[in-house]
Amino acid sequence: MESKHVHQKIAAMRQSFFDEEVLDEKFSQLEQLEGKDNPNFVEEVFTMYFRDSTAFLETIEQAMKTIPIDSIKVDNILHQLKGSSASVGANKVLKEVNKTRQVLGKGNLEGTKAGILELRKEYDSFKAKLEPYFQLKQANSVAQEK
Amino acid sequence: MNVSSVKGSMSISSSTSTWKAGDTISDQFPAGLRVLVVDDDPTCLMILEKMLTACLYKVTKCNRAETALSKLRENKNGYDIVLSDVHMPDMDGFKLLEHIGLEMDLPVIMMSADDGKQVVMKGVTHGACDYLIKPVRIEALKNIWQHVVRKRKNEWKEFEQSGSVEEGDRQPKQSDDADYSSSANEGNWKGSKRRKDEEEETDERDDTSTLKKPRVVWSVELHQQFVAAVNQLGIDTVPKKILELMNVPGLTRENVASHLQKYRLYLRRLSGVSQHQSNLSTIISAQDPTFGSLSSLSGLDLQTLAATGQLPAQSLARLQAAGLGRATAKSGIPITLVDQRNIFSFENPKLRFGEGQQQHMTNKQQVNLLHGIPTTMEAKQLVSLRHAAQSVGNMNMQVPPPGPQSSQNNPLLMQMGQQQQQQQSRGQILVDSTINHAPRLSSMGQPILSNGMATNVSSRNGIPENIRAPGYSQTPSMLNFPMNHASELPGNCFPLGSTPGVSNLTSKGAFQEDVNSEIKGSGGFMPSYDVFNDLNQHKPQSWELQNVGIAFDSSQHSNSLQGNLDLTQSALGQQGFSSGQMNGHNRSAAVASKAVFSTGDVKELRSAQNVNQHLNNLLVDNTIRVKSERVCDTSPANIFPDHFGQDDLMSALLKQQESVASSENEFDFDGYSMNNIPV
Repeated sequence: MESKHVHQKIAAMRQSFFDEEVLDEKFSQLEQLEGKDNPNFVEEVFTMYFRDSTAFLETIEQAMKTIPIDSIKVDNILHQLKGSSASVGANKVLKEVNKTRQVLGKGNLEGTKAGILELRKEYDSFKAKLEPYFQLKQANSVAQEK
Repeated sequence: MNVSSVKGSMSISSSTSTWKAGDTISDQFPAGLRVLVVDDDPTCLMILEKMLTACLYKVTKCNRAETALSKLRENKNGYDIVLSDVHMPDMDGFKLLEHIGLEMDLPVIMMSADDGKQVVMKGVTHGACDYLIKPVRIEALKNIWQHVVRKRKNEWKEFEQSGSVEEGDRQPKQSDDADYSSSANEGNWKGSKRRKDEEEETDERDDTSTLKKPRVVWSVELHQQFVAAVNQLGIDTVPKKILELMNVPGLTRENVASHLQKYRLYLRRLSGVSQHQSNLSTIISAQDPTFGSLSSLSGLDLQTLAATGQLPAQSLARLQAAGLGRATAKSGIPITLVDQRNIFSFENPKLRFGEGQQQHMTNKQQVNLLHGIPTTMEAKQLVSLRHAAQSVGNMNMQVPPPGPQSSQNNPLLMQMGQQQQQQQSRGQILVDSTINHAPRLSSMGQPILSNGMATNVSSRNGIPENIRAPGYSQTPSMLNFPMNHASELPGNCFPLGSTPGVSNLTSKGAFQEDVNSEIKGSGGFMPSYDVFNDLNQHKPQSWELQNVGIAFDSSQHSNSLQGNLDLTQSALGQQGFSSGQMNGHNRSAAVASKAVFSTGDVKELRSAQNVNQHLNNLLVDNTIRVKSERVCDTSPANIFPDHFGQDDLMSALLKQQESVASSENEFDFDGYSMNNIPV
């Protein structure tokens, strides 16, 4: 019952995301959009999300190193991140984004730097959790097809 | 669906029937709605596309605004609605919104992760018919079709109006409010709705009502001709002259008038964008006087006014001085702005209130104007507002319980405001009480109201808002300077041209703010306001008399209206300024409206009014409108009634807006009861 075992594992992983509030209900809404025609919809979305967000974060980190710091640019990117994170249900990441934006809005650059560090941490952790999840899911479905 | 509430809609059946006579009722609606979604974030775009497809819409996605625009241009009738993100790298979402409004006049819904009131307000003022906050839920997307229907409805009305001026029968139809057979309406509505859904809108438009004129598509060349004519004649010219100068076969004065309105709003917007807020306040305060001079009021004036930061007093003064024609138009916008101000800044309210006194004075005059004319204006405004509101999707216009200021606004206005509110309830627009001061039109007229706003706007529902901007409602829709709709805007005929919102409310949403009031005014109805104003207030406002010409010519009507208005006025007058008691105002307004309605036009008005409009407001509006409209070639009123068979639509819409629904119930505005006015 390997597949069953894997199945359970996948389900457990998924549940843990919700329990830890790493993901919110937006994620389940996305899952509902999946169907026979596009069984990997959620994964595709996340792939795109990770790709773009990684780039965004890097840009932000770069921007924070330049002098003077272009806060507008940083804020714009944070805004982007906010939209996409909210759309995929990346709950904790979204919170960090919002926090950092607030701090930045007050003009506190040091605080912003700290916020970005936190954001980076949260994001990396999020990515590290979701990617194996999707991989497992993918592997499982392939296995099941066999 | 409350049939009763849809009183105004009754005549719609007649019109709708023409519209939809042979419509096959499709159960699929709104499936197949052609949506264009624009977002630079690929993740969001992908998700949106998926969700929209799940709603059974036909989706086209773009990740750049330029691409979206070119797609739209290539295939003008290929889309029903546009969803656009606010923050995009190549073009600001609001800019795109404006373009679309001007060129294509499609309903546009803005989206953003930003839920700040400022941004949402901006969406409203720029003419968005809704505003969604990311992450966008699929439920929110399921309802976007309502904006399409609403817009169509308004457009129909315009057509009807322009086409049925000669038809006296329309009025009669309207007058029998009793027979708003819901079934008939429903049938019509359904048909129309389905129609929309099934075919390209153009088909529907073309073959339905005989009254309906073929949509005029304002192509680039045509628009250039138009602009050249306007430049030659001056922006304050009359549509008739422009028409003559352009010498385009098949083009009607109404087409030109509505287009002119939009154009003016557009110009105003261009020059006054930065001053929006201030303008609003000024406008609002100046609303009264400005009504008449919608067209004359240039954005610059307002800007100047705005710049001063003194809303009420100064704006009023200026407006009066300038004979702001725009005022009305602006009111549409200003109101929103004002609202914005009010809402977002506490100063305005204070200002207003404090100034209220002053304003009262000044407003009085202005207000008086309103009193006299109020009905028309208000009606119109309401109508426009309604449209605006509707289209906006539910900006909740909350009009802070107007304090002293509100009193200024004619009770009628208040009523109107209420109605508008009701309308707005769909999209409640937060209208600050300050706004109330000024003819609410603006608030109402802003179709931009977005649902998103609704949430923010809390229910101020002060009637004031509604009252204020009678013209506003129009503007929102009108503004879109969409060429195609030029023909649709019967606005010309709107007697209340000044009631910008009201007359053409086709909730175009694009330039709602200005357009409504302005367009309408230019529509030729400004005159009515002028007439009234002058009659009532002896205001210096220099409404475009030329436009007024129409109204004035029909002074007979206006006289009759006047009579009513006077009644109203006196009734209102007493109450109006007496205290900031909205109630009082409302009552007076109610009284006034009653007086007005007694003419029997009420029915017509009702019918004319979109179903969504609260009857109260409708009544007021209608009566006035009807009258004044008669004057015009295209009796807008007539048009409205036709569209009323929208019980279905109404109900559908109502359902959508639960919150609104409650207010909608006020439609049963039989006796012009002010009950609707959430004092």
